[in-house]
Amino acid sequence: MSDLTIGSRTYLQREKNPALPPPRLTSGPLAWVRQNLFSSIGSSVLTFLFLALALWIIPSLIDFAFVKAVWSGDAATCRANLDGACWAFIRDKFDYLRYGSYPIDQRWRVDVTEVVGAVLIFWLLWNGAPRRNVAALLFFIVYPILAFVLLRGAPLIGLPVIDTSLWGGVLITLLMSVIGIVFSLPLGVLLALGRRSQMPIVKAACVTFIEFVRGVPFITVLFMANFMLPLFVPDYLTPDRLLRPMIGTALFSAAYMAEVVRAGLQAMPKGQYEGAMALGIGYWPMMRLVVLPQALTTVIPGIVSTFIGLFKDTTLVAIVGIADFLRTVETARLDPSWAGPTISPTGYLFAASFYWVFCFGMSRYSQRTERRLSKGRKH
Amino acid sequence: MSVAPSPRTLGQPAIQLDGVHKWYGEFHVLKNLSLTVAQGERIVICGPSGSGKSTMIRCINRLEEHQKGKIIVNGTELTTDLKRIEEVRREVGMVFQHFNLFPHLTILENCTLAPIWVRKMAKKDAEDLAMKYLKRVRIPEQANKYPGQLSGGQQQRVAIARSLCMNPKVMLFDEPTSALDPEMVKEVLDTMVSLANEGMTMMCVTHEMGFARQVADRVIFMDAGEIVEMNAPAEFFANPQHERTKLFLGQILH
Repeated sequence: MSDLTIGSRTYLQREKNPALPPPRLTSGPLAWVRQNLFSSIGSSVLTFLFLALALWIIPSLIDFAFVKAVWSGDAATCRANLDGACWAFIRDKFDYLRYGSYPIDQRWRVDVTEVVGAVLIFWLLWNGAPRRNVAALLFFIVYPILAFVLLRGAPLIGLPVIDTSLWGGVLITLLMSVIGIVFSLPLGVLLALGRRSQMPIVKAACVTFIEFVRGVPFITVLFMANFMLPLFVPDYLTPDRLLRPMIGTALFSAAYMAEVVRAGLQAMPKGQYEGAMALGIGYWPMMRLVVLPQALTTVIPGIVSTFIGLFKDTTLVAIVGIADFLRTVETARLDPSWAGPTISPTGYLFAASFYWVFCFGMSRYSQRTERRLSKGRKH
Repeated sequence: MSVAPSPRTLGQPAIQLDGVHKWYGEFHVLKNLSLTVAQGERIVICGPSGSGKSTMIRCINRLEEHQKGKIIVNGTELTTDLKRIEEVRREVGMVFQHFNLFPHLTILENCTLAPIWVRKMAKKDAEDLAMKYLKRVRIPEQANKYPGQLSGGQQQRVAIARSLCMNPKVMLFDEPTSALDPEMVKEVLDTMVSLANEGMTMMCVTHEMGFARQVADRVIFMDAGEIVEMNAPAEFFANPQHERTKLFLGQILH
């Protein structure tokens, strides 16, 4: 019993207070609903409003995409059913959407490249997988060579050369994004470090590059890479027509990445640099072992946003005549033999789902990584 | 507790400051500092905040740059030459007010980082070394935790162990107990005392006057960027000469 009443001037605890469970109705599902959905009149109104909105949109979407959809058949079946998506059309065009005009008898090469790439990426991203350093070595050194030989061809080992103008569809989209992602992060880190450098020339060069690239639209960068580069560079040095927009994409995202990384570097307390320097650790090991692991962890959301932006920006390469996935959807949609009122919505729904699955996957993976890294590492 | 340090034979100069000046922009922070610290000597530096104590010891491992005068550490003069700066830093350990442990690395990894990357030690050897020093600061059982899971006093002891892993010839302490809860000050001071008893050359910015009395060979009082008074601790506390020193001691010793 407490003796801390008014008037008493001394107090001495005789027994400890035991730890008790929380009172009912502050935990459990019912309490959660009350606290989060119906805590006030305004909150209750909003809850019902959003419920109504969901009830209005979701059933009709499910209706269109699944319940009333045409799963098999031909153009005539689809024209007869105006209430549902025409998945038969996607099924018919599926190979074209995946490979573009890549010769049919050589498409196994794309499959092999994609499967190997997927396995390596999974190995690399799966935390706790054995020997991830081997995966990194394979993915960053061996795989690019393998992919180049397989996709482009090497007559020496009996693989005919497939001109890049025939590549298309998902192949192009994945290729552009993977290359953009793999190059833009290290490049962005270097640019960010350069921008914070004490050396005036390095700093000026990085600032100029970053501000110039961020100051022009992506389409301009693509046009410049595609049409202006060949004007200045001799013919034999001009990169392939597919490589040019790839370089453009990587450089463009690198500039944005640099600013994201710089934000992380600025959030680092000065003491971390001093702690490392006082131990005699040089600039590069300090950056690699102490500063960047922490700085990059803090800006994972920004990095992944940039990746997602890059992934979706690859659709713009269609402007310089490259048949990326969205471009092939567009072409397929306009095929007169499939013409019908449900074809375009189906094509776009399919394209949207494709982009959404990849972007959402990236976003989820980054959330998991953030949670994992924040465990036990609070300041 | 208050046994005066026995007179010891001191070695060669470990740190020499000769007419050192430093400015922050127009502001003259260090004014004509000259001081020689012998090997094995323990110096305690005190003074009001903004008097340049921290700046002075941060100049000794070049976390701050001096603009005039000479600083020679273990026979190497500090210049703009990065090689020399890193050479000095390898031999000079530093313990900070806010520990500056690396929060993304475990305690063990904090301790092995520099031995592996600077001394090029094998990982196994570095870990053995780290465990040896973690035992010395009495927290070997924390080796696999992260700094954020430790108390302030434990973190500071890790920071001391981390410095010791580089086997430094000199240790600098920049207010090592100022950021600690009162209950944890003693464990860190005890570690520092045992280090002093083993003959480590130490320069210590601190307001722990008990520590100064117990281990210091000399106490230095700084004010406004200058060394105002320097004396053996017994004499310094019993008989301060300068008005400024008297005023300062009057404020902190009640």
